[in-house]
Amino acid sequence: MHATEATQAAQRSIDICNACRYCEGYCAVFPAMMLQRAFTTEDMSYLANLCHNCNGCYHACQFSPPHAYGINLPQQFAEIRVESYAEYAWPKGMGSAFARNGRAMLTLTAAALAFVVLAMLLLVPNAALFGALSGAGAFYRVIPWGVMASFAGVTLLFSLVALLMAARNFWRDTASSLTRTISFSAIRTALSDAATLRYLGGGHTGGGCNDLDASFSHTRRKLHHVLMYGFFLCFASTSVATLMDHFLGWQAPYSWYSLPVVLGSLGGIGMLIGCVGLIWVKIATDPAPVARAVLGGDYALLLMLALVAKTGLLLLLFRATPAMGMLLALHLGSVLALFLALPYGKFIHGILRFTALLKAAVEREGRSVTGS
Amino acid sequence: MPDFEKVYDVAIIGGGNAAMCAAITARQAGASVIVLEHAPRAFRGGNSRHTRNLRAMHDGPTSVLTESYLEDEYWDDLLRVTGGNTDEKLARMTIRESSRVMPWMMQCGVRFQPSLTGTLSLSRTNAFFLGGGKALVNAYYATAEKLGIVISYDAEVLSLDLDDGFAKSVAISANGFPQTLRAKTFVVSSGGFQGNIEWLKKYWGEAAENFLIRGTPYARGRMLQNLLDQGVQSVGDATQFHSVAIDARAPKFDGGIVTRLDNIPFSIVVNQQAKRFYDEGEDVWPKRYAVWGRIVAQQPGQIAWSIVDQKSEKLFMPSVFPAITANTIRELAGKIGLDADALEQTVNDYNAAVQPGEFNSQKLDNCHTEGLEPPKTNWARKLDTPPFICYPHRPGITFTYLGVKVDEQARVIMADDKPTANLFASGEIMAGSILGRGYLAGFGMTIGTVFGRIAGQEAAKHARN
Repeated sequence: MHATEATQAAQRSIDICNACRYCEGYCAVFPAMMLQRAFTTEDMSYLANLCHNCNGCYHACQFSPPHAYGINLPQQFAEIRVESYAEYAWPKGMGSAFARNGRAMLTLTAAALAFVVLAMLLLVPNAALFGALSGAGAFYRVIPWGVMASFAGVTLLFSLVALLMAARNFWRDTASSLTRTISFSAIRTALSDAATLRYLGGGHTGGGCNDLDASFSHTRRKLHHVLMYGFFLCFASTSVATLMDHFLGWQAPYSWYSLPVVLGSLGGIGMLIGCVGLIWVKIATDPAPVARAVLGGDYALLLMLALVAKTGLLLLLFRATPAMGMLLALHLGSVLALFLALPYGKFIHGILRFTALLKAAVEREGRSVTGS
Repeated sequence: MPDFEKVYDVAIIGGGNAAMCAAITARQAGASVIVLEHAPRAFRGGNSRHTRNLRAMHDGPTSVLTESYLEDEYWDDLLRVTGGNTDEKLARMTIRESSRVMPWMMQCGVRFQPSLTGTLSLSRTNAFFLGGGKALVNAYYATAEKLGIVISYDAEVLSLDLDDGFAKSVAISANGFPQTLRAKTFVVSSGGFQGNIEWLKKYWGEAAENFLIRGTPYARGRMLQNLLDQGVQSVGDATQFHSVAIDARAPKFDGGIVTRLDNIPFSIVVNQQAKRFYDEGEDVWPKRYAVWGRIVAQQPGQIAWSIVDQKSEKLFMPSVFPAITANTIRELAGKIGLDADALEQTVNDYNAAVQPGEFNSQKLDNCHTEGLEPPKTNWARKLDTPPFICYPHRPGITFTYLGVKVDEQARVIMADDKPTANLFASGEIMAGSILGRGYLAGFGMTIGTVFGRIAGQEAAKHARN
């Protein structure tokens, strides 16, 4: 990680934090910080990605602005996180996508939608595109299964590889000093920390975090859960559908009570609630600890996820009508955009956060062994 | 803007821990309450913002406290640090009550963290606030707002009209506008006067200009002065304050905990004449840090420099301000503006006096000097391995001891020993009654919480009768 204004400002803050330590009970960042006396830019990258942006340390800080020290870790860490996404992006040149991420993501979405819609208008006969189709294989009469599956498969596979490469770059940059090997229990701890969003929980007292102001709530944590598990349900729905189609020969559309539709409906509704809720939290929250420059990318991912969920649900509702063809185009276009965007937008935070949690878990095991 | 025409049951002067405990308790007892906080919202809470824990008596392990800490041990600790400069009746009452306040604090949204890591091992005696004192202050203000307590920020109380032991009204500067507020009762919780350099100068002369104030600049002692001028009985030595030798580059006010420096035991400390003046290795640092503020305050220019060499660099937490380093003592002298010959002489004399020994940073190791005045009695090692690392120190004032006398109902007592009718006090402004000298970690918050609760209770009772 190279030094930037944000990393330098945060280094100065962290020196003050490390001399204070009042926030040690909030999250994993402060115990990790306390293992060291001096901090490199790589440490800043690690700590920034370990930060869940709960704002606890901001509201509890006796040195937060307008105090002369002006400590504002949530804001500084948010800026560093985006810089680190650019730094670790694979392939390397793609890091520039993070410079104005909101605009990049929306451009990508528009382009993907336009591409799919135009391609279908040009290639699909009007009767299939604007007719009310029904029965097994209805969707594939609009777009052949092979085309759909290969587009989705290739883009998703590429994006997953890019995400893993970014995580690897991050790990190499920040965890090279680890002397311990990664144990199964550390992986289990990190998975559990990520799956439960432990560090949005408010420590052992469990009061939640400062979503909107200095008071504590679980709103953001719950909304993120609904969004994240909604996303996983949709992913499960697609996977189940692929298996059913490919191995059992049962072609979509499936009945309302079939497993893919139930999973997808629940997931889609969850994603919509989560996206709308998180956008509301971002608008309503105290702006002081917010990094305005990175908000564009945050909103873009939420809007893209919401678009995927919404077009998916609409497609389900109107699949037996002449609107199906165009809804299918919009849904597939938004899915294509999302898949392409995974490694080059806010979505990357998930895998880097998990990687940081893994490092923290390994470090913690080291501490309990040496008892220091 | 609050309604200053209204006559509240209880008007609270101040906005720190003690003030908020009084306000919430009075409101819970049914009184209408207004809080008059001098600071703007961002700096509300006085020095409570900088606190971290509360010393609590307990007869067995709790969720946040280990083992037990009983009344007699607590009292012994207090007796030791104050040298008897306390009031046993008030002190024991405070100690006993400290075992009962935590559930109430938690109901008010204060959260505690499990016994902590780090350098101070206070997990048996002290309950730590999750996030520290500002998080506690936030919780109290949120509770106060929820209960319908009126909070007026930027409201400096200038004077209180005290007539024959009866408090009638206060004069306020509210957002810069003069206001008068009447109330049935008043609780004064406006702290000490350490933020008032002019007042400190009365006892310390021009030296006070060189003092740094570790906490809030709003502790100006205006109400304290006003009450003493009107015949309220004082407690505590006006000339005394608690202080620590902090990094001299700290801001004048509000630098807080992070300006501390714990390298002195491993260093030699010199003054402007490049001369040593006190035994740096007298005792372990937790027992000595409170001594050094006063010692440095007595040096010319109220400044001193601690010097270690490379061997000791990792034995203490680095200052948040950069170390001044040099490869020779002469070069270092140039960097800090001391006479190079004199500093070299001091270091040479010290090095020559250091006796061989088994150095151990973790305990009194008896590595000492011989034939040196003043001696260094522990952790004395030659300064011979560059780079030499230096930090400047100045006295950082934490709080003053002068206060108003109160009784067990937190009523302010007049010079003729008669209690006032409707004037109560809590927090630092009366803490000198119990902590007349010295320092006991987390005890200021205990006094503030216990007496805030009593003052709020009594004020509400009085107002509603």
